Amino acid sequence: MEFVTPTINILIVLPVLLVAGGGALLMLLELFMAEERVKQWAPTLAIIVLALAFLQTIGLWGQTHTTFTPEGSSPMVILDNFATFLNVIFLLTGFFTVLISVNYLPRVGLNRSEYYMLMLFSLSGMMLMGMANDLILVFLALEVLSIPLYILAGLSRPRPESEESAMKYFFLGAFSSAIFVFGIALTYGATGSTALPAVLAGVSNGGALALAGVAMMLVGFGFKVAAAPFHMWTPDVYEGAPTVVTAFMSVGAKVGGFAAMLRVFVSAFGSLGQTWVPAVAVIAAITLIIGNVVAIVQPNIKRMLAYSSIAHAGYILMAVAASVNSPDGVSAALFYMFAYLFTNLGAFAIAIAAERKLGEGVMLDDYKGLAKRSPLLALAMAYFMLSLTGIPPTGGFSGKFFVFRATLEAGLVWLAVVGVITSVVSGYYYLRVVYLMYMYDGEGELHTKPALLTAVALTVLATLVLGLLPGAWYEITKQAALQGLQVLAGG
Amino acid sequence: MVLFIILAISAVAAALGMLFSRNAVHSALFLVLNFAIVAALYLTLNAPFIAMVQITVYAGAIIVLFLFVIMLLGAEQLRGVAGDGGVWQRWLAGGLTAVLLISFASILFQGNAITPASAAGVIDTSPAALGLRLFEAYVFPFEVTGVLLLAAIIGVVVLSISKKRGQQ
Repeated sequence: MEFVTPTINILIVLPVLLVAGGGALLMLLELFMAEERVKQWAPTLAIIVLALAFLQTIGLWGQTHTTFTPEGSSPMVILDNFATFLNVIFLLTGFFTVLISVNYLPRVGLNRSEYYMLMLFSLSGMMLMGMANDLILVFLALEVLSIPLYILAGLSRPRPESEESAMKYFFLGAFSSAIFVFGIALTYGATGSTALPAVLAGVSNGGALALAGVAMMLVGFGFKVAAAPFHMWTPDVYEGAPTVVTAFMSVGAKVGGFAAMLRVFVSAFGSLGQTWVPAVAVIAAITLIIGNVVAIVQPNIKRMLAYSSIAHAGYILMAVAASVNSPDGVSAALFYMFAYLFTNLGAFAIAIAAERKLGEGVMLDDYKGLAKRSPLLALAMAYFMLSLTGIPPTGGFSGKFFVFRATLEAGLVWLAVVGVITSVVSGYYYLRVVYLMYMYDGEGELHTKPALLTAVALTVLATLVLGLLPGAWYEITKQAALQGLQVLAGG
Repeated sequence: MVLFIILAISAVAAALGMLFSRNAVHSALFLVLNFAIVAALYLTLNAPFIAMVQITVYAGAIIVLFLFVIMLLGAEQLRGVAGDGGVWQRWLAGGLTAVLLISFASILFQGNAITPASAAGVIDTSPAALGLRLFEAYVFPFEVTGVLLLAAIIGVVVLSISKKRGQQ
């Protein structure tokens, strides 16, 4: 036996290494610097690390690379436009999360440098979700994504809500991971390999074993992206976790789940499409109905946004279901996630500004009269609510337009009808926030600091751009989608 | 075959001993015995690496954790806990066991109902070959596991000291 070095191109995984390494660097800094100074510098350092990774990622756009290729086998890591585009989404999520956290954490007494550390680790896992070309790496990336989130959810321990949030997230997350890894094992049993190209080649002859594997992996992803009927944890976890963590996971964990789901299901399990597309379509419909209908009765903005995030998972699932039979499915999903990133983080930024203390100022009634006290931020919140509903000219509208179009192209007319009807229903609870802000008088106040205002301004701008010029951005997502799938089919 | 029968009988005996002993520490020790015998079974199946992992991870780390928790909580003695739950639980457990046994028996006597695809080539399960695989094909997942464990360790620290520092 002799050791044969696999082909390694470090530049390809450099963005991930930078992000994970930034987390490790923060940890080491505490050895050499006073704790207070580390706390002071942690956000800046996180932003620098994210910016470096962002530049590196942008530089890789348009290129296709593979790395960690062992002798005579397929590569572990693949970087194509699909992965690059998702990495941009994750890095922007991290960037906005830092901006909204800088002043929030000290205000509620949670200022700890570990927060940024764990956030960076989680981000590195998310980035790997889109780059993994092997089911083992998908599973590890999923865990690297999740474990820091379990801890972040419990950051405001010993507050009971936060402990409940962390415990629920941990138990259900561990349970779903177990189901997911069982699915991987069955797929391995059916195809003889965990490498995605080999799975693609063998899965259509896999019989019942392969189908069971696909079903269990669907359940595992369903938990991660909070799709009904695997959504039960979402409202409690989102409500109990510190709001910045909720914002981070409502975008990051969801997009991370969809990143791997698109890669695994659309390309590797594509030949089984006739079997899993109906299942995903039904799950999407249930998710849309439950998310949008239950959100109506929520008195708490975090719970409302939790159900709203369930509903948005439903819209993205529509695009996933469409992506086997329509060339626009994957790009619609990517565009939707891109628009969702800005809209949802913007809405959370305002919710964070409105939170007085931990868990205070998060009821919808606290939004009464905000329009008089801070007219610009109320306007921004109203704009985000319009975008989440899907009213033009917003990024949310463009995203929904592309998703519905792809669904119709794929011949899932009934699903598109469900999507449109539930969008109309969602108008009720989103616009009620606007109504409360403008039509009532109230005591609510907003904590506004430059960093948070920057985040709000940038997200408003991005949502507006995506709403006014969707065509140019859609072309980019189209390139990302096409290249991503071609490579895997060929490799 | 003789070796297998001896090992199998002692493994089952150790498992029964674990279930029926009234002292939790004795139960844990029976479990160690069971793990060790199962490791020996792996050895007879030509899987030395899994046997060693079985010893170090299960008989080593996990049992130490069990014993630690049992002794820390002072829960050595089982008090009479029978009563709650009642009869239907026993019937349920019995029924599920029957289902499991019947499905096992049908697989054993009817041949394989499901044939898994065989991995390419002959699989060498010696520790050296596994080590080479780990650092050739799976070197990147191996590194990612490192990040995962680091995040978990930081998490333990964060959650265990949050009370004191959070109040500053």
